Amino acid sequence: MSVSLALIVIMAVLFACGVYAMLERSLTRVLIGFLLLGNAANLLLLVVMGEPGLAPFYGAEGEVSDPLPQALTLTAIVITFAVSAFLLALIYRSWQLGQADTVTDDETDIAVRERSLGAEETMDDEAELGGDDATTDFIGVDTSPITVLGSRDVPGLVDDAPTDRPAPRRPGSDRGGDRS
Amino acid sequence: MSGLVPLLVTLPLLGAAIALIAGRHRKTQVAVSITTLTIVLVIASILLYTVDVGGQPIAVSIGGWPIPFGIVLYVDRLAALLVVVSSVVLLAVLLFSVGQGAADGDDDTPVSIFHPSYLILAAGIFNAFIAGDLFNLYVGFEILLVASYVLITLGSTESRIRTGVVYIVVSLVSSILFLASIAMIYGALGTVNMVQISQRMTELPQDTQLLLHLMLLLAFSIKAAVFPLSFWLPDSYPTAPAPVTAVFAGLLTKVGVYALIRTETQLFAESDVNTLLMIVALATMIVGVLGAVAQAELKRILSFTLVSHIGYMVFGLAIATPAAIGATIYYMVHHIVVQTTLFLAVGLVERRAGSTSILRVTGLMRAAPVIAVLYFIPAVNLGGLPPFSGFIGKFALFDAAAKVGTPIMMVLIVGGIVTSLLTLYALMRAWNLSFWREEEDSAETESRISYLGGAPAAGIQTERRVIPRIMTAATTGMVIVTVALTVFAGPLYGVCERIGAALLEPMSISQLEEEAGQ
Repeated sequence: MSVSLALIVIMAVLFACGVYAMLERSLTRVLIGFLLLGNAANLLLLVVMGEPGLAPFYGAEGEVSDPLPQALTLTAIVITFAVSAFLLALIYRSWQLGQADTVTDDETDIAVRERSLGAEETMDDEAELGGDDATTDFIGVDTSPITVLGSRDVPGLVDDAPTDRPAPRRPGSDRGGDRS
Repeated sequence: MSGLVPLLVTLPLLGAAIALIAGRHRKTQVAVSITTLTIVLVIASILLYTVDVGGQPIAVSIGGWPIPFGIVLYVDRLAALLVVVSSVVLLAVLLFSVGQGAADGDDDTPVSIFHPSYLILAAGIFNAFIAGDLFNLYVGFEILLVASYVLITLGSTESRIRTGVVYIVVSLVSSILFLASIAMIYGALGTVNMVQISQRMTELPQDTQLLLHLMLLLAFSIKAAVFPLSFWLPDSYPTAPAPVTAVFAGLLTKVGVYALIRTETQLFAESDVNTLLMIVALATMIVGVLGAVAQAELKRILSFTLVSHIGYMVFGLAIATPAAIGATIYYMVHHIVVQTTLFLAVGLVERRAGSTSILRVTGLMRAAPVIAVLYFIPAVNLGGLPPFSGFIGKFALFDAAAKVGTPIMMVLIVGGIVTSLLTLYALMRAWNLSFWREEEDSAETESRISYLGGAPAAGIQTERRVIPRIMTAATTGMVIVTVALTVFAGPLYGVCERIGAALLEPMSISQLEEEAGQ
């Protein structure tokens, strides 16, 4: 079985970049990382298909390539697509709630850390929580990419989503960045 | 008979579609969900009976494709048993959540989304259990995971989004790992059918086998919350609504354990990582239970014991004798039921007392004797006191380990007993403080438990709410099931033993074709 070296290299690079991006605190970058990883896995499926450039048709003349990995790839693409859509919604909601799309530390982790702070004077740099907000992609941007609309802002739109939305604000006054 | 098999997956999906369309009619949604899961339970029971009595697994090839190429649904005793148990659990938790929703006016569970997601979760779980090829197992995992993403962030409040994100990102990574492993297995063997994989795997060089084996183990261990890949679990589970936590705790990690069982017994019969599994099992048991001891909040205590008891199942897998596999499966069934019941009971405590912190809640024994009983029975059961099923499962496991008798087995048996005692300690301390302690004794005990004062969420108080009768009924039903696991331990253990014996027998592709009637 001969495979394309270029595909393998691209796949490896995609995996590396994907993992790197997923380690970020910003959810938007986690999403990008996930997309890269998903595509890397799809490329891996293509690599294992064997010789590139052949049609996967049964009964065609000459050699045919294996159709099964293509079916698997298609399924995987659909799944990745659905999960990314969900992640986008999650990012939007997270931003809507806290004007931030970062993964914050678990409250209990912070509690444990504060308890051990008494015993241990110096902590590692992870204790500086304030600086992490800066990695958010949306904050501090003059042209904030998203205008938050509650259902009450749009007449005729009734949804039965939970009621803990932030208070509706005027689209003009929304700059998003005043929290950080 | 084989016509019934695809219904296990298609019925819940169909029910989810109907429930989604009927989004504004609560009663229709409830009726659809309950009917669907009841039908699935009946079908699964019929399948379990047929498969167990007939002794032959049922294989169905979807769409009529010849067997190694198409999607194969494969129902053996293990799959049928787990589908039966999980549909019982899903049904009970559904009733519990219906009761909760009716009483709350659905403030924190938007009802139009809950039922469809719940049914899709059920479809994913069933699909994972009856998948005959690795890729279908992956699809089953994805179905249940995407549904679980929705359920864990239900209501999308700030705390649920925060903890949900941890869960989601970790699950995404494990899914990608799983997909990459499938691609590599396909590259090495040219098939994703589990039976064919197990046949061809022996032809590969040892190191390739080991690589593929470890990749799959890694992906499944994240899902099953095996130490050191378990830290996401106590972070994310306690924040979700009580019924969601209950069903996740009972079933989602067990789907991971199920995948581990298939990997260890069927796919990689030759490649041997049992020593590694032993060490991991010991660490999972001990670290998990130590976490539980340090907690002051009931949901968090239970989340940590959940992690710790996954260790028993990994231990059973690592022994790898038919008796041990049988014991593992019995333990798994016991744990699914008992852990769910405990979370439901704690859900009742939360409503009755307005808190799940064992420091704050007092005198429940007098105030709510029914809840006290509903907590006590599964707690003692999980702790492994005789005569309950937890004792039977652990005893069978230790017995199988002692028969092998190597020094590491002895270490693990001791570790298992210590874990069991510490579990009992954590759960009984909660019992003493929250149920047994009277309000006026609080000052006296305060000094003795001051070391728990800094534990997470020790002081959170929410409003007290009435408990609808249906929630108590659902929990009582589950407690009766846990007792039934003990009373009918004989026949159930017989099934588990037969599963253990059958799983370690290699199977050929022609057998599979025969069972599918091709």
